[in-house]
Amino acid sequence: MADIRLEGVGHSYDGGRTWAVKPMTWTWRGSRAYALLGPSGCGKTTLLNIISGLIIPTVGRVFFDDRDVTGVPTAGRNIAQVFQFPVLYEEMSVYDNLAFPLRNRKYPAKEVDQRVRQVARLLSLEEHLGRRSRRLDAGRQQIVSLGRGLVRSQVAAVLLDEPLTVVDPALKWTLRSKLKEIHRDTGHTLVYVTHDQTEALTFADEVVVVNDGAIVQAGEPAELFLSPAHEFVGHFIGSPGMNMLPAEIVAGVVRIGPSEVGLAAADGVHAGRSDVEAADGLPAGPVRIGVRPEFVVIGGPRRSPGVAATVTGTDRMGAYDLVHTLVGEHPVLVKTEAGALHEPGSAAFLHFPAERTFLFRDQVRCGSLAPLDGRSTA
Amino acid sequence: MTLILDGVFVRRRGETWLDDVRLELSNGMTTLVGPMTAGKTTLMRVAAGLSPPDSGRVMVDGKDVTSISVRKRSVAFVYQQFINYPSLTVYENIASPLRLDPGFRRDGIDRRVREVAELMGLAALLGRRPAELSGGQQQRTAIARALARPVDVLLLDEPLANLDFKLREQLRADLKAMFADSSGVVLYATADPNEALTFAAPTVVLGEGRVQHIGDAAEMYARPPTLAVAATLSDPPLNLLPGVVRDGRIECLGAEFPAPRAHPSGRTVTLGVRPHQVRLERGGPGALEWPAEIRLAEVTGSATFLHLLLRDQVHLVAHLPGTRQFTPGGSAVAYVDPAHVLVFDEDGARLPATGAAEVDLHG
Amino acid sequence: MTEVGEEPRADLKRRNNRAWWLVLPVVVSVAFTAVIPLMTVVNFSVQDVFTPSDRIFVGLEWFRSITRDPEVRSAFVRTLLFSAQVLLLEIPLGVALAVCMPRRGVWVSVALVLVALPLLIPWNVVGTIWQIFARGDIGLGGWAVNHVPGVDFNYTLDSTDAWITVLVMDVWHWTPLVALLAYAGLRSIPEPYFQAAQIDAASAWATFRHIQLPRLRGVLTIAILLRFMDSFMIYTEPFVVTGGGPGNATSFLSILLSKIAVGQFDLGPAGAFSLLYFLFVQILCYVFFTVLTRSGR
Repeated sequence: MADIRLEGVGHSYDGGRTWAVKPMTWTWRGSRAYALLGPSGCGKTTLLNIISGLIIPTVGRVFFDDRDVTGVPTAGRNIAQVFQFPVLYEEMSVYDNLAFPLRNRKYPAKEVDQRVRQVARLLSLEEHLGRRSRRLDAGRQQIVSLGRGLVRSQVAAVLLDEPLTVVDPALKWTLRSKLKEIHRDTGHTLVYVTHDQTEALTFADEVVVVNDGAIVQAGEPAELFLSPAHEFVGHFIGSPGMNMLPAEIVAGVVRIGPSEVGLAAADGVHAGRSDVEAADGLPAGPVRIGVRPEFVVIGGPRRSPGVAATVTGTDRMGAYDLVHTLVGEHPVLVKTEAGALHEPGSAAFLHFPAERTFLFRDQVRCGSLAPLDGRSTA
Repeated sequence: MTLILDGVFVRRRGETWLDDVRLELSNGMTTLVGPMTAGKTTLMRVAAGLSPPDSGRVMVDGKDVTSISVRKRSVAFVYQQFINYPSLTVYENIASPLRLDPGFRRDGIDRRVREVAELMGLAALLGRRPAELSGGQQQRTAIARALARPVDVLLLDEPLANLDFKLREQLRADLKAMFADSSGVVLYATADPNEALTFAAPTVVLGEGRVQHIGDAAEMYARPPTLAVAATLSDPPLNLLPGVVRDGRIECLGAEFPAPRAHPSGRTVTLGVRPHQVRLERGGPGALEWPAEIRLAEVTGSATFLHLLLRDQVHLVAHLPGTRQFTPGGSAVAYVDPAHVLVFDEDGARLPATGAAEVDLHG
Repeated sequence: MTEVGEEPRADLKRRNNRAWWLVLPVVVSVAFTAVIPLMTVVNFSVQDVFTPSDRIFVGLEWFRSITRDPEVRSAFVRTLLFSAQVLLLEIPLGVALAVCMPRRGVWVSVALVLVALPLLIPWNVVGTIWQIFARGDIGLGGWAVNHVPGVDFNYTLDSTDAWITVLVMDVWHWTPLVALLAYAGLRSIPEPYFQAAQIDAASAWATFRHIQLPRLRGVLTIAILLRFMDSFMIYTEPFVVTGGGPGNATSFLSILLSKIAVGQFDLGPAGAFSLLYFLFVQILCYVFFTVLTRSGR
């Protein structure tokens, strides 16, 4: 499996006035499963089409290992791609659809049959092989499209453009883990474009978050979830996204209104250390606190550093509850175990755990919260 | 205001799309949840008067409207696709249904348009045309148009399905607030159980053209009456395991626990286990335990989805909190508290737990 | 969202019926322009008309004699052959033209105008153009064929040459219609289909065969119906160019019919002829339509 290297690649649809993809250098390493995550219109599909050769980038070069493929058309790149909506050869049977990319590449008949049946088994399509593809329902048609993307053994990469949009929610889970298993067994390089953070996080070895034509942050799912480097990543990853609250650093202490919530520790210094010097890195002034609903502790002892809030309601989501609170006029969501009792209108006390709470300035992370008691013991 | 569907059947090309649907909806919001081929759209179209039922009646406020054309009914419909008038501005799009309503005067229209636009967060975009809007803004315009004129019946057919995940999350909360004190009947169809649970409105579960159950979404989640309801409201999906009743105990892949109710020996049952109820540590005495092979681990940061294979044949997904590392191919032991197991008989009906021991299945 | 596009049931008695009043003017005008003349023809077809006041009821006599008339029979076969050749030439040619037309860019409108040009010319003018164009002495086309390959070509004397002239003229005139219909069909195919074909390494032929052709079924059904009806009833152009000659070489059913009706004023046989003609076109169109739409399922 080849490494796919983008060198200074950018694309503009209007002759350079605006960039759909801002010039970037980035390598997709062979045999890894990537998710390309971002809102619609962020340039993620353009980026995918640049890799597959459906779009020739306005600037920059594309390399598959050491081979420059910038001008090479799609058919010459050995790429498989699955689109958002089912794209089928409608008058062909499911079998012929799956066999089509192999037959076009002159695979021997025996191998075609073997590979088609193997993919059909993986995707539970065996009983439908003889049916005309247009007679299937939309969800199953999409599975056939997916099968056509996976049927070839030797591909530089399999590109998936929001492939599970038309599939039932329950089936989505099954197909996604199946895809992941297939990836593990075949070792294809996969790039999976999605706007759905759950899909990205469960599927990928590495998630690349794109916004406004540029890569904001890339890393393992847990890293992006636990340690976002940018407010956008905090918001876009996690469901619901990160709570963002305006605060202020005064003499190294982070305050929300009059409440002290912790010490400010500059990035690069381990947040958990009770180290007064850590605060020196962050100048006083306004800052935004980011903390995920999963990590906010509601109803802790009032002595500890934290902030008072008012409960406004609770969504009972079955497996968990989502408590809505207001700190001043800013909403803070708290994810709790199901069955928790928080009456609307009641007062609550929120505690932000130091190692999971981050500080942002101009959208970019500048530091994190350190325990306040670190100061008192120092 | 009430909307009643009375024994509605719809058959197309030899298939039954709606099978004796009986519903009674009153003011405010009702969620209609079901998988993609459940017949939600057909039901909405019948309720709107866009397609007539093969038999049965549709009644609004006690009046039979089955044969009355949709134009004469007080109905609004929001589609999954963002449908607006492309040549009109957002303002004109929202105003269009009001201009057809003789009850609105000029200044009344203007006030109402601005009111609804404010509500939907479109106030700054009134001068734009749909092509200049993002998908979320387009759909908000479509919803605003449906909301502008007070209607007896407002139908929304998966309005958020084509939107980005994050927008969906946000609009879901907005819509909940908006429909909270609606004076008409609002029917909201969705395939996403999380939407049904967020709205916390009376919920109709539809499956294979039939009404499976009606009730409170969270309650149905905790105590599903049937397998179909449990499966429809579970995201991630419910784990299903085969079981057999023997002498008042249920045996399942080598583990066993007391049957919830006297059930004849030899009967097969299906066990439903929610992924977040599966643990890798023994919780207490009497927990079911299954040695398993680890197939796959999906680490999302907030949680880890562990895919297990029991006895080389049955899949079990565990939703574990936090990030944990596992090696595919390794082995683990899955534990489940029998109190959290849903037991369904051969017909898919849930067997309630014995006597008063009906535990709260929340959490 | 799976059940969209269902057809509303024709449950008229429970619905608002006032819209039918809007149809009334059409019904009235169709009655005057089509039904009444047609009934007159039916009336003629069962009578022997000497003078308008002097006529005898002859039953199905005219139908019998018309179906047995060798001249009618040969004209029928000739017309059928002509229609078949028209379809065989124009449909593939039109589709090929459509496939070659640019999908986007400034050349789209140029190509459209060029292709549509022959459609804008009135039938009898087309006839006149070709009558001159194909002449061996002063026509560019006829002269070129006579002098460049050195074939002896004269459509006024040679029946094959006359046939070819009429056929080529029809192809020139009407292939653009097929091309435009097919082009509209091709334009409606979403881009990802072509992208998928590239990714699957499909050849240009395979792309056409498996993506474009299946999606042209609807428009081609319409094109085939239109071209069949039109070519089976062709009148003006051969009348202008060859007048049905030489001999009977290009004497199609419509030309023969007008000769019987207007030339010989045999209103009875002409009436029977018209009715049979009309019925045949109807039936064949129905068959085409059924076969073409069924095979698509």
